[in-house]
Amino acid sequence: MAAHLKKRVYEEFTKVVQQQEEVATKKLRLTKPSKSAALHVDLCKAACPADALQYLLQFARKPVEAESVEGVVRILLEHYYKETDPSVRLKIASLLGLLSKTAGFSPDCIIDDAINILQNEKSHQVLAQLLDTLLAIGTKLAENQAIQTRLVDVACKHLTDTSHGVRNKCLQLLGNLGSLEKSVTKDTEGLTARDVQKIIGDYFSDQDPRVRTAAIKAMLQLHERGLKLHQTVYNQACKLLSDDYEQVRSAAVQLIWVVSQLYPESIVPIPSSNEEIRLVDDAFGKICHMVSDGSWVVRVQAAKLLGSMEQVSSHFLEQTLDKKLMSDLRRKRTAHERAKELYSSGEFSSGRKWGDDAPKEEVDTGAVNLIESGACGAFVHGLEDEMYEVRIAAVEALCMLAQSSPAFAEKCLDFLVDMFNDEIEEVRLQSIHTMRKISNNITLREDQLDTVLAVLEDSSRDIREALHELLCCTNVSTKEGIHLALVELLKNLTKYPTDRDSIWKCLKFLGSRHPTLVLPLVPELLSTHPFFDTAEPDMDDPAYIAVLVLIFNAAKTCPTMPALFSDHTFRHYAYLRDSLSHLVPALRLPGRKLVSSALSPNIAPHEDPSQQFLQQSLERVYSLQHLDPQGAQELLEFTIRDLQRLGELQSELAGVADFSATYLRCQLLLIKALQEKLWNVAAPLYLKQSDLASAAAKQIMEETYKMEFMYSGVENKQVVIIHHMRLQAKALQLIVTARTTRGVDPLFGMCEKFLQEVDFFQRCFIADLPQLQDSFVDKLLDLMPRLMTSKPAEVVKILQTMLRQSAFLHLPLPEQIHKASATIIEPAGESDNPLRFTSGLVVALDVDATLEHVQDPQNTVKVQVLYPDGQAQMIHPKPADFRNPGPGRHRLITQVYLSHTAWTEPCQVEVRLLLAYSSTARIPKSPWIEGGEGPPQVDTSIEGAIPFSKPVKVYIMPKPARR
Amino acid sequence: MGAGQDVGRSCILVSIAGKNVMLDCGMHMGFNDDRRFPDFSYITQNGRLTDFLDCVIISHFHLDHCGALPYFSEMVGYDGPIYMTHPTQAICPILLEDYRKIAVDKKGEANFFTSQMIKDCMKKVVAVHLHQTVQVDDELEIKAYYAGHVLGAAMFQIKVGSESVVYTGDYNMTPDRHLGAAWVDKCRPSLLISESTYATTIRDSKRCRERDFLKKVHETVERGGKVLIPVFALGRAQELCILLETFWERMNLKVPIYFSTGLTEKANHYYKLFITWTNQKIRKTFVQRNMFEFKHIKAFDRAFADNPGPMVVFATPGMLHAGQSLQIFRKWAGNEKNMVIMPGYCVQGTVGHKILSGQRKLEMEGRQVLEVKMQVEYMSFSAHADAKGIMQLVGQAEPDSVLLVHGEAKKMEFLRQKIEQEFRVSCYMPANGETVTLPTSPSIPVGISLGLLKREMAQGLLPEAKKLRLLHGTLIMKDSSFRLVSSEQALKELGLAEHQLRFTCRVHLQDTRKEQEMALRVYSHLKSTLQGHCVQHLPDGSVTVESILIQAAAHSEDPGTKVLLVSWTYQDEELGSFLTALLKKGLPQTPS
Repeated sequence: MAAHLKKRVYEEFTKVVQQQEEVATKKLRLTKPSKSAALHVDLCKAACPADALQYLLQFARKPVEAESVEGVVRILLEHYYKETDPSVRLKIASLLGLLSKTAGFSPDCIIDDAINILQNEKSHQVLAQLLDTLLAIGTKLAENQAIQTRLVDVACKHLTDTSHGVRNKCLQLLGNLGSLEKSVTKDTEGLTARDVQKIIGDYFSDQDPRVRTAAIKAMLQLHERGLKLHQTVYNQACKLLSDDYEQVRSAAVQLIWVVSQLYPESIVPIPSSNEEIRLVDDAFGKICHMVSDGSWVVRVQAAKLLGSMEQVSSHFLEQTLDKKLMSDLRRKRTAHERAKELYSSGEFSSGRKWGDDAPKEEVDTGAVNLIESGACGAFVHGLEDEMYEVRIAAVEALCMLAQSSPAFAEKCLDFLVDMFNDEIEEVRLQSIHTMRKISNNITLREDQLDTVLAVLEDSSRDIREALHELLCCTNVSTKEGIHLALVELLKNLTKYPTDRDSIWKCLKFLGSRHPTLVLPLVPELLSTHPFFDTAEPDMDDPAYIAVLVLIFNAAKTCPTMPALFSDHTFRHYAYLRDSLSHLVPALRLPGRKLVSSALSPNIAPHEDPSQQFLQQSLERVYSLQHLDPQGAQELLEFTIRDLQRLGELQSELAGVADFSATYLRCQLLLIKALQEKLWNVAAPLYLKQSDLASAAAKQIMEETYKMEFMYSGVENKQVVIIHHMRLQAKALQLIVTARTTRGVDPLFGMCEKFLQEVDFFQRCFIADLPQLQDSFVDKLLDLMPRLMTSKPAEVVKILQTMLRQSAFLHLPLPEQIHKASATIIEPAGESDNPLRFTSGLVVALDVDATLEHVQDPQNTVKVQVLYPDGQAQMIHPKPADFRNPGPGRHRLITQVYLSHTAWTEPCQVEVRLLLAYSSTARIPKSPWIEGGEGPPQVDTSIEGAIPFSKPVKVYIMPKPARR
Repeated sequence: MGAGQDVGRSCILVSIAGKNVMLDCGMHMGFNDDRRFPDFSYITQNGRLTDFLDCVIISHFHLDHCGALPYFSEMVGYDGPIYMTHPTQAICPILLEDYRKIAVDKKGEANFFTSQMIKDCMKKVVAVHLHQTVQVDDELEIKAYYAGHVLGAAMFQIKVGSESVVYTGDYNMTPDRHLGAAWVDKCRPSLLISESTYATTIRDSKRCRERDFLKKVHETVERGGKVLIPVFALGRAQELCILLETFWERMNLKVPIYFSTGLTEKANHYYKLFITWTNQKIRKTFVQRNMFEFKHIKAFDRAFADNPGPMVVFATPGMLHAGQSLQIFRKWAGNEKNMVIMPGYCVQGTVGHKILSGQRKLEMEGRQVLEVKMQVEYMSFSAHADAKGIMQLVGQAEPDSVLLVHGEAKKMEFLRQKIEQEFRVSCYMPANGETVTLPTSPSIPVGISLGLLKREMAQGLLPEAKKLRLLHGTLIMKDSSFRLVSSEQALKELGLAEHQLRFTCRVHLQDTRKEQEMALRVYSHLKSTLQGHCVQHLPDGSVTVESILIQAAAHSEDPGTKVLLVSWTYQDEELGSFLTALLKKGLPQTPS
């Protein structure tokens, strides 16, 4: 038996060694020379170019290690010299480029050869490819100044080639490698220093549009690499704006933009007059002109760039919105101007008569400039463009410009409001968002508000919600405006009852922003009467709640308002304050002792005390290294309780508190498990009792996964601790299994796996090991050699003692930590009417949920449906179902398809959200999931997913199909 | 023949490089006599039109651009090809038939074209696709560009050799709800013939207009009123339908919209078919749903007009002068909750014009007086390019000259000045019957033999882009083709013997030294000045520069003067004359 065991152990041992990396690399290295040799043989064998090409293609599919690259390159070059067929040479050239990119290989040894073969090459295609190779080499050796200069020289020499491809590559090379220090150390380099910019600039007038584009791109590349472009480039680029080819124009627009950012303040003359303007203004005018270009690609490009030209003078900026209207040579006012006038004259538009817009003033024919008006009306055109891409770009540009200039924001308002009626939803949405972003700078006029509010009836939910967000932060100028907004919102509420929450929230902000405007409206809104008591409104009416939300929020900063409330209003206030506390603020009501807000003054104090409290309680816990178990347990329990309570009270600290509480709970569980008496009891007896220990191990595991993946802002130092805790849980599990299972065979596997994990832990967190002084792992690693050779029983014994002795690790708190959470808004789970559908067919269930602090929800958030028969189904929502209304917040609006065989009576299914963590995303952290830990963590949740929302019950009833 | 400083009856004859093309063949709406059709006797007095015209091009289906077509092809007689786009080909006969019906059945005109004639005429039509280059014959080719305006409207480029004309027809540079914007590439035509309906107008943003329109309709409907929109069957009607349809869709409105039946239904059918001719939005979404398959818009029945409750009705004709729209108007005029929206221009004398000018009491036939209580709104939904749009198109096409048609003379004058001033191209605006002759400078392609080209390449540096190069060769003009070949080949081809032409020149230099010495000095001088050339000193005392021979001899009379004999062949003329000039300046005084 012993001999047998020894043999087994030995086998295990060798197995482990074999998987180590060194052996593997050694193996690969052995094959390497044979690979290049094989290539050599293949190429020699190849009878015709087609064969050779095939071999090369096959060769290219396999990766080559850094050490053998040089050999392969030599062989390739050798064949290159012999090869007569250009296509094979082309392939070799491209392979050279690929190989020189191999990490860890320094290509300076092949540069001579490459330049050499370049000189003798006749085929243009091969030449171009070779230059590409040189570019790859050059970018790799970016530090080597001599090689750079040499390559630039080579490029310059081939610039005169007749083929556009070669010229293209040369320019690319110049753009990427043209030395940057030239402008600084001009005289040191002397003759060899070429003025790269001038050379590239010369090719702006090449006959081939592709070369022209490449030249501009090269220039842009130079700029990106930090070379300051000369101002002369500007004039050259301006000429290219009228090029015949769209790609040239598009690149030229970019170049002009770059130059305008470099020299915004320099002065350029206006042709055909003696005036001079700032360069940035001139460039702005030119780019504006490109907004009405013939090609939409250029239009998009131009519209996008306009947004980032912030230094432009306001005079020019305002022109972009001004399109001089005329009719029969007479100046006409725009509809916007008319609307404004109507508004300021205090009369409402009463239906237009024909000729109302009849032009008045005569226009001086000489002064009207129809086309070369620079910036004139650029945005008017952009916003009316045929392609929605252009329109979106224009809206974005407007947004950026308006954010930097309040005056402009005021002006562009009319146009943005107009965009609310665009035919494409995306554009409408974009313009609403834009409006929200600039809303700090603007106050809506009543007529504008009217148009804005008209969109509330839109059937698209996104639009409506975006609009609610917009209204949250809009400034309204008059009390009529507020009233109008309220009326429209209530109309919206009746039409689309699902918007309830969003509308309430909107009214909350609307109220708190405009208390003085709401004040005069209160009697009307509450329909109170000075003499008569009016009927008490229905408390459950969403519309009435909406009105109350508006009023209460306004009353917060307006102490005179509560005087206008009637009795039932106060009662309703108390009710709402409790039921919708996030919408209704605490009010200082006269004669009342702040019933519902009793909590707030007590916990309202500043952050510091509670922060301190948190720190102190944690300190206390960590300070007890070796307390007597009983006391330690109690302290832990108390602290956990405190932390949880703190988290509930202080929302800012909730993340930290929960995080630490979870950690402490793990520790508590571990201590409890180790306190069990079972360890000394004989095996048969504790089969039942061991449940507690193994359950504890399981729970610790779960909690550690939660800690790792459910909190955003977890840093590496926390991850180490979490993994350490998990390792302890695994050790516990191993021990429990060892004691409960009979026979040694299964233990071998488990032991081995455990040791592997320890090894893995060591490799992943080697840098963090020092801070784990005196911990479980620390001790474990010390004993590692011994463990490797020990029998399982011995291993278990060692582990057990170590677990008991190991110290309690201090968990450093991260700066910012937030717990991911989700709330399912819909289905609400209140319905008593089952959702009926024919069995075998599907029914679509609308799911609407808000997610907080979830990173990358598109990949991680899943919907789970649990059927009463225990069957679970995981649904992956489409990426498009996620919206991002604010930082750290996401919204999931999706449809879940349910289906089941026929039931006899309706039953509830559970819907909940899961947070999936993928082992591939964080490779070093969770290889255990794939390792197949077995049943422990895969019970209710699907492998690698944590439920993070409260389940919602949906009543469904699959009917049997009618025959 | 038409549309010169005038709107209506578009018909233009273009002669380009010997080819004759007729652009559009429209009728004039203002006349009911012979003047309504173009006078085709302008084209040719004797002989058949088919022999004279190479082709006819119709830009779009509006009657002022195609109304005279059956008359022209069947009654006057033309059998050549007629080009138009597919949608135009489909919708054109419907409109012609309608026009014929009104003229013959209602007005009782005799001597009008018949239905059969329309059918025969349409048989001569060749349909073209957008951007398809159609070879009419060996030299004449035409190509269609998108023009917006109405479904199937196109601009045509007519090209013979290097000369070309672009005819815009009617076009619209601002996209609308169902059509895109006109677009033309930078084809640099010799002449651009552009419409100029709105030569002096720059329009407001279309969005205000649309928003206004929708708001008006929405408000009226919410009040429970009825909205009447008198429209013409095609073009704007579809635009407004789309506008309302999408609005209804967005706002989830349930109020019925009706469309008067007849012509429009047929036309809508074609709108559904020719999706590729519409704008981006419709093109992209038609897979899910064809925008012209209206969900909210239903066919109108006469009985519906008396239905209670709100509704929106599109009815023809557009100026409220007769027909269904007038009937409905009479029924609804008395209620102030209702509204009528006039989306277009109304001719003087029509009911539409009267109510627009503010008249509240209308006298109808039979001495009835109709009091108009309903609201009257006017909105301009025009699909013509405004002044800025025209300028934009001119900028896009970069023509050598511009010709304005289809507009009023006074307004065109303004635009003409602007075009000349800003693009620096000549601009014309001929009246009807006036001919404008444009000189063009055609480029003549010349074939060059490869041998010559290669030889030149080998001699000089590589060709530099856009730089002129001097080249020796012989131009052979034979069978109206031009070829440039090397002189040897030309001689061989023409069977001529080669003559050597040699120039000699004497240069007198004051020098007392011997001839040999002299030659040596000349040699060293030339050697130093002519770096790039091969200068040799021959044993017999003469100097050669390439193939030029220089000999020094003593002057027969004056020994103090030496004569340099310079001799070169005709081919070396350039170098030879340079050398003589150089030598005449004298040799540098070398100190020795």
